[in-house]
Amino acid sequence: MTTLDSAGVPDDYIASARRSNGVWVDRSFRGAALGAGLSVLAILALIAYFTTKQAWPIFRHDAWGFISGTRWDPLNNRFGALPFIYGTAVASAIALVLAVPLSIGIALFTNELAPRRLRRPVIYLIDLLAAIPSVVYGLWALAVLEKPAKNVYQWISDTVGKIPVLDRVFGGVPSGASLMTAGIVLAIMMVPIVTAISREVLATVSQDDKNAALAMGATRWEMLRACVFPRVRSGLVGAVMLGMGRALGETIAVALVIGSNQKIDSHIFHSGDSMASVIAHEFGEAATTPLYRAALIGLAVLLFVFTLLVNVLARWITGRAAKRAAL
Amino acid sequence: MTTIAPLRNPEDWVGERSTSPRRRLSNGLASAWMVGSVVIALVPLGFIAFYVIAKGISVISWSFLTRNIPIVSASAGGGIWPAIAGTLMLTVVAAALAVPLGVLAAIYLNEYGGDRPIARVIRFMADVMTGVPSIVMGLFVAMIWVSAGLHRGFSTLAGALALGCLMLPIVIRSSEEILKLVPDELRQASDALGARRWVTVTRVVLPAAIAGIVSGAMLAVARAAGETAPLLFTIGASRAFTLQLNAQNTALPIQIWNNAQDPTIAAQDRAWGAALTLIVLVFLLTVIARIVAARFSTQER
Repeated sequence: MTTLDSAGVPDDYIASARRSNGVWVDRSFRGAALGAGLSVLAILALIAYFTTKQAWPIFRHDAWGFISGTRWDPLNNRFGALPFIYGTAVASAIALVLAVPLSIGIALFTNELAPRRLRRPVIYLIDLLAAIPSVVYGLWALAVLEKPAKNVYQWISDTVGKIPVLDRVFGGVPSGASLMTAGIVLAIMMVPIVTAISREVLATVSQDDKNAALAMGATRWEMLRACVFPRVRSGLVGAVMLGMGRALGETIAVALVIGSNQKIDSHIFHSGDSMASVIAHEFGEAATTPLYRAALIGLAVLLFVFTLLVNVLARWITGRAAKRAAL
Repeated sequence: MTTIAPLRNPEDWVGERSTSPRRRLSNGLASAWMVGSVVIALVPLGFIAFYVIAKGISVISWSFLTRNIPIVSASAGGGIWPAIAGTLMLTVVAAALAVPLGVLAAIYLNEYGGDRPIARVIRFMADVMTGVPSIVMGLFVAMIWVSAGLHRGFSTLAGALALGCLMLPIVIRSSEEILKLVPDELRQASDALGARRWVTVTRVVLPAAIAGIVSGAMLAVARAAGETAPLLFTIGASRAFTLQLNAQNTALPIQIWNNAQDPTIAAQDRAWGAALTLIVLVFLLTVIARIVAARFSTQER
């Protein structure tokens, strides 16, 4: 048992503080802490090194053909990744179009419009969306959402399918498992992330400025346009990009609802494939064919590079916006 | 006698007297957008909660929670006990790997690094690391541990490594936020007593921050427990539970993933049952984390 001295300080505390070998312990503790911190850099470097190394055969085989090829045919050793890059881009773009207005609307509601007693519950409920595992989103979308979604797609396809240009996007025979369904599910998953960061960004605008605008007789909307939006524009861009980084890499929910289609297809109601979903579906069976395996790992390398770029850019933008707000 | 008009809410006054219909309309539309966004976002939440609970509750029974997984997913009966145990084991091992390392890294960032370039790089890269797709993390562990690199094969340990890599940056950033909240006076008091820095950290700073750190770590664990993609190529497939770290394993998300793709009624039922079990597990962890965090904040006051 530790004894306490008159000031209430444990004896062994002082003893350990005075012990002469403390310098050595102190240095090694600091070294261990630094090592733990450096492990982050080490893991990122190892990811880059080992995935690239394992994917090397496909890049050596035909790097340009891999990145820009439009034909994915493992049986004939043709590995063009463009259909999957395209599918990832389209599904993420649909998700952005749906999620961004919603997320910013929610952030404005909780920060500017809502009465105080409504704020916490709304934030809590939106955060719950982030707590649902992605495989549960996938299960729900696959078992419940697909049928009604297909009927809506059919209706839209019937209505605008005859109009030139639009029929290239909305026409055709719709499928429940499609790029659009994947985009909708991604949008639901993005909302809590983009909302949370938008709320932080909106909170940086000073209340005095907002009061000043209101005192001048501005309506709430005019106040937002005059003194909030100009300040938070770059911060909101960062928030949206962080959400996009999440959408690009999301695997399981997308893999369950995007269907499967190894061709570039302009119809958003048709099946597609994203980079992550094709890895999830095909990596197991590819293990025995070296080039096939390398091609799928090559997709992971591309995905890693894309998400890294998006995240670095997003963090840089939000960091700069936060610094400017602090001035 | 003159009567004084009762004071009125300035917003009403502005609305009536000096705001043109056009301005009022645009303001009203903007408000409608904000309220509408919240309503639209809550619709899928309600639907998902309803379906998971309604479909899951009819499946869950004592035997569902305690029996082994059937050989063929299309055949009715059996349970998901190995997946529950597997998920618990995976998250415990992943937490054992990631939490000490993450807390130590957070200690470096907050107690030693401060604003040094190396600390800023680590902080930035930890943020970036949270954005690495979970499937890439799974493939990475497959590359260094399972089917290449060390060639150790599928195992619980490999799955836990992948989950640990996902948890690490979350633990670092949440722990650092908590360490920041520990008042500097505590450190100064400890320094004044002649304590060395590591004694200050382990005897003063950490005890003050422990509840917050635990709560942050549990939120990271809750996130990891629901992950599927890192486990796809790392834990293999198993229908019975074993405590061996080097043996293949299964987990609730993997069971949902497998059964969701099988259209038979038995498999669909099993998927919904497993989904409800997983969500209850994740929410229990989240609630415990919140309770721990709440205790922390009252101690602060």
